[in-house]
Amino acid sequence: MNKTVLDLWVGLFVIAGIAALLFLTFKVGSMNAVNTTDSYEVTARFENIGGLKARAPVKGAGVVVGRVVDVRFDNATYEAAVTLRLDKRYAFPKDTSAAIMTSGLLGEQYIGLEAGGDSIKLKEGDSILITQDAVVLENLIGQFLYGKAQEGAPK
Amino acid sequence: MQHDNLVELENVAFSYGARPVLKGINLTAKRGQVIAIMGSSGCGKTTLLRLIGGQIKAGQGQVRVAGTSLNALDQPALYRLRRKMGMLFQFGALFTDMPVYDNVAFPLREHTDLPETAIRDMVRMKLHAVGLRGAAQMMPAELSGGMARRVALARAIALDPQLVLYDEPFAGLDPISLGVIGNLIRRLTDTLGLTSVVVTHDVQESLKIVDYVYFVSDGVIVAEGTAAEIRASTLPYVHQFVHGEADGPVTFHYPAPSYTDDLRLGGRSA
Amino acid sequence: MLKQAIANLGNRTLQGVGRIGFAVRFFVAILLHSGTAFRRLGLTIREMYFSGVQSLIIILVSGLFVGMVLGLQGYETLQTYGSEEALGILVAMSLVRELGPVVAALLFASRAGSAITAEIGLMKATEQLSAMEMMAVDPVARVVAPRFWAGVISMPLLAGLFSAMGIFGGYLVGVQLIGVDEGAFWSQMQNAVDFEQDILNGVIKSVVFGIAITTIALFEGYDAPPTAEGVSGATTRTVVTSSLAVLALDFVLTAFMFRGLG
Repeated sequence: MNKTVLDLWVGLFVIAGIAALLFLTFKVGSMNAVNTTDSYEVTARFENIGGLKARAPVKGAGVVVGRVVDVRFDNATYEAAVTLRLDKRYAFPKDTSAAIMTSGLLGEQYIGLEAGGDSIKLKEGDSILITQDAVVLENLIGQFLYGKAQEGAPK
Repeated sequence: MQHDNLVELENVAFSYGARPVLKGINLTAKRGQVIAIMGSSGCGKTTLLRLIGGQIKAGQGQVRVAGTSLNALDQPALYRLRRKMGMLFQFGALFTDMPVYDNVAFPLREHTDLPETAIRDMVRMKLHAVGLRGAAQMMPAELSGGMARRVALARAIALDPQLVLYDEPFAGLDPISLGVIGNLIRRLTDTLGLTSVVVTHDVQESLKIVDYVYFVSDGVIVAEGTAAEIRASTLPYVHQFVHGEADGPVTFHYPAPSYTDDLRLGGRSA
Repeated sequence: MLKQAIANLGNRTLQGVGRIGFAVRFFVAILLHSGTAFRRLGLTIREMYFSGVQSLIIILVSGLFVGMVLGLQGYETLQTYGSEEALGILVAMSLVRELGPVVAALLFASRAGSAITAEIGLMKATEQLSAMEMMAVDPVARVVAPRFWAGVISMPLLAGLFSAMGIFGGYLVGVQLIGVDEGAFWSQMQNAVDFEQDILNGVIKSVVFGIAITTIALFEGYDAPPTAEGVSGATTRTVVTSSLAVLALDFVLTAFMFRGLG
């Protein structure tokens, strides 16, 4: 086997392989792991986070603006303390609210940010004060049945 | 320091696991000599060759090549010593994925920094010495047995070694090739000032070209001498070997129970 | 009779353990002698041709077919939940996380792994390795190490190509043939497949598989008895052992990597 032909084929093979991996990285996957340097962290407290996990997306108006970095149970307040890492490009007002939403009917849970009206923006280490817990199916059913029971009782 | 004996084996013993193969061998090869190690199959000749080449270590005794004892050498030192040796394997052991030219050039490319032009000339010279300069571009699969062995010989002498080891160089060759190989071994040894150690059981061809013969049987040297002395030897084992007698110290019948008993057992009815 | 059987079993177990020990030493020796493989890159590149480039056809074709089948089967199942648009996610995740690395590894083991074993076994049987040693060239550095690195480098590239072809196959079947929405196919896929979690883990898996398969193939060849039956047995053992190793390692790696999601 001629050496130059061989080198050519191997070169093509390596280029094709790397191209395939790049295709997978950019076209198939989402390179939205937010960089530590261009991001800032804020915290939010919830009474129930439902199925929210670390690495879940944080979305504003439906667009991914950050990631959930950490989820912890605060033994003092018996609440969940969630750490969010937001892209530095996006600044949110201090009175922004954070709600736990579900993508689709059976999808994974994410945090949706609804911007407030404050002129002062959130900075590194701030807390989001207005939060809305996850919708827990059992509570919902309980409420529905209770409501139905209430409806029926006076009759 | 000039050593007259290029190869020295002193009281060498070796066992494969629990099976003793060599039990006290004393052997020397002087510079410029062609010595032959003979004996029937399985007597330990190839083991001796591997001991000299450093492929295995002696259990007891000393193996010395060019004054250096092989017993205590580590791998880099052994490899340095091997550059002074060449070995011709029984079927050539040519690298099948490259043509004849590259096979002979292999040791030159691996161990020297010579430019390709110099290597070209050296390869041509070595191939010319074995008569195969015209076959330089053939692949090993296309060569006959005799030709393959000659190419392997060219490869073995590529670095101008002091010692060349031959493992059964005459095995399986036609009469003409036998003559060619024997001729080459003698000529190269004389012109290049080598020492050649030939392991063989081909008596006729080797006795034509050797200076000294060692006979190995049952792990020890049973006889030694010049070609003429061996031919004239009256020792039963040597005599049987040299004259190709069917029966003698090496019996015709493999150990078996008595013949009559064996037949009767077969003939007895239920 | 029973005593004999037990003695045999014990003997073979000891032999097996001894072999594993030898294999580990062999692996360490390969790593230690790898200098040549990198200083003389030509050797490694040559081996990449024989292991990698010559496996391309089977990898690409298999990838395409696997992707197409995923598209068909996936559509059937997703349709019952009305989630056909998630076909892109299903095809991409299955391939990138599991099928790409594992199936490409199994194909590599049977094609390139067996070839390596046969080649090295034959070199041993025809005394080429001994000849090399006698010429003061270390066969592990010159013959074994380049093949090792060629296999380790080729494996992730082949796995990536397999996954890429598979996704293309899934796209062909899902979007072009069946009629799933093209935009949904790609956008949902992009939103769900994560670089670190899925793609990088897939690459790590294929590198580990490459190391395992190539080491086993080289070892079996190097250790093969120098006869026709010996080499043939070694080749079979390579394919079987490396396939099992790939599947076992896949389990271990998956447990490590994706446990965090639970």
